[in-house]
Amino acid sequence: MKWNRKHLLGLEDLSQEEIEYILKTAESFKDISIRPIKKVPALRGKTIATVFFEPSTRTRTSFELAAKRLSADTLSITAIASSVVKGESLKDTVRNLEALKVDCMIVRHECSGVPHLISRYLEASVVNAGDGSHEHPTQALVDLFTILEKKKTLEGLKVVIVGDILHSRVARSNIFGMTKLRMNVQVVGPRTLIPKEIERLGVSVSHRLDDVIPEADVLMFLRIQSERQKKNLFPSLREYSENYGMSIQRLKNTKPDCLIMHPGPINRGIELASEVADGPQSVILDQVTNGLAVRMAVLFLVAGGGE
Amino acid sequence: MSTSLLIQKGRIVDPSQNIDEVLDLLIENGKIQKIAKNISAGEVEIFDARGKIVAPGFIDLHVHFREPGFEHKETILTGMRSAAMGGFTAVCCMPNTEPAMDEPGTVGFVLLKAKEGNLIRVYPIGAATRGREGKVMTEIGHLKKAGVIAISDDGEPIYDAYMMRRVMEYAHMFGLKVIDHCEDKNLSQQGVMNEGYMSTLLGLTGIPSVAEEVMVMRDILMSQYTQIPVHLAHLSTRGSVDLVRWAKAKGLPVTAETAPHYFSLSDEEMTSYRTEFKMNPPLRTREDVKAIQEGLKDGTLDAIATDHAPHQEVEKEVEFDMAPFGIIGLETSVGLGLNHLVHPGILTLSKWIDKMSCRPAQILNLPGGNLRVGENGDVTILDLGKEWSVGEIPFESKSKNSPFREIKLKGKAVGTIVGGRVVMRDGEVISKIKDQKSK
Repeated sequence: MKWNRKHLLGLEDLSQEEIEYILKTAESFKDISIRPIKKVPALRGKTIATVFFEPSTRTRTSFELAAKRLSADTLSITAIASSVVKGESLKDTVRNLEALKVDCMIVRHECSGVPHLISRYLEASVVNAGDGSHEHPTQALVDLFTILEKKKTLEGLKVVIVGDILHSRVARSNIFGMTKLRMNVQVVGPRTLIPKEIERLGVSVSHRLDDVIPEADVLMFLRIQSERQKKNLFPSLREYSENYGMSIQRLKNTKPDCLIMHPGPINRGIELASEVADGPQSVILDQVTNGLAVRMAVLFLVAGGGE
Repeated sequence: MSTSLLIQKGRIVDPSQNIDEVLDLLIENGKIQKIAKNISAGEVEIFDARGKIVAPGFIDLHVHFREPGFEHKETILTGMRSAAMGGFTAVCCMPNTEPAMDEPGTVGFVLLKAKEGNLIRVYPIGAATRGREGKVMTEIGHLKKAGVIAISDDGEPIYDAYMMRRVMEYAHMFGLKVIDHCEDKNLSQQGVMNEGYMSTLLGLTGIPSVAEEVMVMRDILMSQYTQIPVHLAHLSTRGSVDLVRWAKAKGLPVTAETAPHYFSLSDEEMTSYRTEFKMNPPLRTREDVKAIQEGLKDGTLDAIATDHAPHQEVEKEVEFDMAPFGIIGLETSVGLGLNHLVHPGILTLSKWIDKMSCRPAQILNLPGGNLRVGENGDVTILDLGKEWSVGEIPFESKSKNSPFREIKLKGKAVGTIVGGRVVMRDGEVISKIKDQKSK
């Protein structure tokens, strides 16, 4: 197929074919990172900016490295170093960046919809690196890529996403992507962390982790943010962990080849026991490694490398 | 200059008198003098209303004119121009100005500006509590003397139930009704749109419909207990309609309004994070939209108010979470009412006019709302068949924050007459004062 999208704002907009095309492109980029010279000239002459209004280490690093490996020039803007703190509007900030002839902006923001807003004002490509509680499309692509790599197929697999679904952009993007690829998705968490009418996105809902563990092909745990506790969404991290944390005991009830995933950073002992996070079923570090290939593929496609 | 106006051969629709007939209407010295067939008058100004509807002047119970304090969004003058363009002869201004309309000086200022603007009638609504903070009751007696016609903390609910009770009781002594913005802020939290499937899809924080409904119920119970009337502002949910229906069946003195966006748009239109769709209460589901239409049809909802809430483009061109709530509404209200209520047959023309004019006047005991002889010569002229693109006509409002800018409507106000003076004719506001719009 021919790629004709200028932006990657989310997986909700993409077709099954487009998602599969990105995954396939990523596959061809994966071996670049294990070569002695880890660089190709695909985006030489292009300028790619990571514009992060919210703290991030792994996503930003992953994107930056991906851009560099494609030989693009990169610059990195964080909210603290930008004029936003001086009161400049988001629109002005990104338009000023564009005036410096940036070809692609990788945007993370605490507010949902910001990449969509920005894309209306810019000629440059926009890649969503996480917007509020909405989408984190490249993380979901990484997850899909990792599952495919391990399981060799996606269709029909049962994926259980556990934790704070209400605030999780990773969960939403995964739900959009996985349902398009005909995977069975179940979300699990306390009622207070499950958003209203989520079943309409094509997923089933459970509040009991123990009930669903035995059937899962993939168990994906989400990071729990302790500030949610202050909003009375659950009483304590201890109780949360007891009900929704992956212990060694619970691991015994999984299928032997069930994958344990986490987008990171992990709260060890809360979402995952250390033995589980570092255990043989865990593919958490594979997710990080694959992040590079997937983001190279995304940048290659949207920033015109495929032209 | 003539002080008489003869509106000729229009179809006069006055629900208060059960009139629906082609007649002439003569206004002299600001008052309605005569309604009859073929009135012959001497030297009078003529308004040819052939093929048009002649209705009692429309009254908007709920607008935000932003002056003092936020003149970059709207001034009393630009607000009046916007109202005149939309076919409104009178508006009631909410007190969320800066400073709030919580003392007579501010009320006097608004009335003075309205008098200088000299276009339509402006009725200020006084704040219920100082600074609209919900803590200390305002001097309602003084506010009444200064000219307020109702009491409200709009934009904020009167959150404390004890305060609500005392404000209702106290204001009632002065013949003033309390208008409440029904919202339990603990339930709405930092919500920016309706809580439901669409908020889940977009990852935006939702405002549950129950945040509105618990306060609607509280106000109804308060009205039942005190036997004092209360008016509920901008209702948006099926639950609210059901509760008001229940209250009315019990004979409680509860009245309620809704706004055009709640009967014409649902949250399913909010697919692109466009902040023009951000308002409070938020756009609800299609089921709620239907319930609002049903509530208007069966009389549960008494009036249609615009909740005209101007904001500058630069304030709305921001992150959805950061954008202020509110849309302008004065210039689209007539078109939306005709397109979503009258043309589809949900309301008869007469019933709709009742909700745009007669009932608003009755609810707040205002002059107007009918075309009886001896009353003020306030008239709205409508062209039901006029097709227009909303975005093609520049708004008279200083702000453009409307989700309807890209739509076409059939039906428009083509004349606004206040005290016998034509202040808008065929889309042109007739005013001696120059527009102060900052472009």
